[in-house]
Amino acid sequence: MTSPTTPIAASAVTGAPEPPPSALIRQRTRAAWIFLTPTLIAMALVAGWPLARTFWFAFTDANLTDLGASQFVGLESLKYVLEDPDWWTTVWTTFRFAFVSVFLETLLGLIIALSLNAHFRGRAVLRAAVLVPWAIPTVVSARMWAWMFNDIYGVINAIFLKLGLINEALAWTAEPGLSFVAVVAVDVWKTTPFMALLILAALQMLPGDIYEAAKIDGAGPIRSFFQVTLPLLRGPLMVAIIFRMLDALRVFDVFFVLTGGSTDTMPMAGYARQRMFEYQEIGVGSASASLLFAIIALFTAVYMVVGRVKLTGD
Amino acid sequence: MRWIKKIAFWLLLAVITVYTLFPFYWAIVSSLKTGSSLFEVDPWPKEAAWSNYSAVFTAQPFGQNILNSVIVATAVVVLSLLLGLTASFALARIEFRGRSLLLLMVLGVSMFPQIAVLSGMFELVRWLGFYNKLPALIVSNLILTLPFTVWVLTTFMRELPKELEEAAIVDGATPATIVFRVFLPLLGPAMATTGLLAFISAWNEFLFALTFTQSDSVRTVPVAIALFSGGSAFETPWGLIMAASVIVTVPLVVLVLIFQRKIVSGLTAGAVKG
Repeated sequence: MTSPTTPIAASAVTGAPEPPPSALIRQRTRAAWIFLTPTLIAMALVAGWPLARTFWFAFTDANLTDLGASQFVGLESLKYVLEDPDWWTTVWTTFRFAFVSVFLETLLGLIIALSLNAHFRGRAVLRAAVLVPWAIPTVVSARMWAWMFNDIYGVINAIFLKLGLINEALAWTAEPGLSFVAVVAVDVWKTTPFMALLILAALQMLPGDIYEAAKIDGAGPIRSFFQVTLPLLRGPLMVAIIFRMLDALRVFDVFFVLTGGSTDTMPMAGYARQRMFEYQEIGVGSASASLLFAIIALFTAVYMVVGRVKLTGD
Repeated sequence: MRWIKKIAFWLLLAVITVYTLFPFYWAIVSSLKTGSSLFEVDPWPKEAAWSNYSAVFTAQPFGQNILNSVIVATAVVVLSLLLGLTASFALARIEFRGRSLLLLMVLGVSMFPQIAVLSGMFELVRWLGFYNKLPALIVSNLILTLPFTVWVLTTFMRELPKELEEAAIVDGATPATIVFRVFLPLLGPAMATTGLLAFISAWNEFLFALTFTQSDSVRTVPVAIALFSGGSAFETPWGLIMAASVIVTVPLVVLVLIFQRKIVSGLTAGAVKG
């Protein structure tokens, strides 16, 4: 428990067999573990145990009606998922969704952050206004947008018709191609503020003298953006993007509320939940959930490698 | 040239504002329309009708749903802050073997996809006898808020001055005294920020609430709003849904506007510094 070097060094100086620092360190180490115990127990209960059970169910033919009667079937459930074309449809949907919406969020977030970084009157008000979408529950924003996307009475069709962008009202939430657009629109609207704020925080930490130097060198605003701002933002931007990717890959609510239960427009989490609770196949559902977990874990590993610098930095 | 730039910039700001606020504005406008006027695309309600707002509470157990959400979110926040405070002290201020591993674990758990624990959690909830009861949601929501709370409080706790702790140690204070008497008062703002963020995430939680409850009276607000349906399968009560949406959103928006600065620092502490 005690560090091997300090006590010896300290006792060599003072001659005392038990110098105070080590007792203090021991007391603090003990306190640390006592302080951590309730949290560790809680985490084991709500995270460790359920996760382990899900992994176990993935190797069984568990059924919702009687979980106790499940039989070990090895890789059968996993094989079932991997051979199910519906699963691959959801994989494709999820990844397409994650890449498209995170790309748009980053782009819009960057534009908003750069605007909010400029000095103008009413900046504080606008910064607060931008936070509003973030505060609205996903389900609520999905329903707000579903109403705006309504095929007959929706305001979006009305505006688009008036502007001549479309010739007839579109069924935004019914057709797979269009409902994908609708889901992306809701997600981008809801999470762009988050992205914008992270980027804004990073922007405000950039040293001002670099811009002075760039200006003296004759760089215009566009050049200094691409040659100064963007390279300096790379780190924070990468972290924010991976963070959002993780979120987007486990998406569930937007799809559930906006498109219902059609397999053509369902994310991986939706597939897993449908298997578990609508088809009552806990085994197959857990196998697909475990696959999703593995994918997220892979991304998390990347996130940790990228975020590592700062994790141990302070 | 200069004023063209200026106009373009203000135009951009206007577009940003309209983009972020319009859906919320449209929900308010729609919630004030009834009958056939709901189905006309009018930027302004001809006369504000409040009937949707009262109907939400009479046609649905929406008052109960709100109460459920308040109970669940409050309990989750209190539990997370209590557990998170002591844990984050240990993680932020005490050097011990395995600390960085624990930090990585906490970060890892905060990235769990909820779906990965759904079947295991369902079994746990049923085994505890919590199915279709609010404690099911309190227990399961901890997986969202606890790692997050520990993580953010750890970042805040790290920034407290070392001298303060050393002075307390010299005075013979135990770690418990340091946490509750010395640090807790200083951490007030950080606790408020973290608690608010945890409250919002528990308030918004959908997957567990959808799966672990069955009856209307146990549902939380997001599930109630997601499942609102009219008399027939073809009739969606949009006026009611918009009224309900506005009711649950306004307090959140007010909170966010008041604590705007704090929220931003909490979010960046949770994400960027990780």
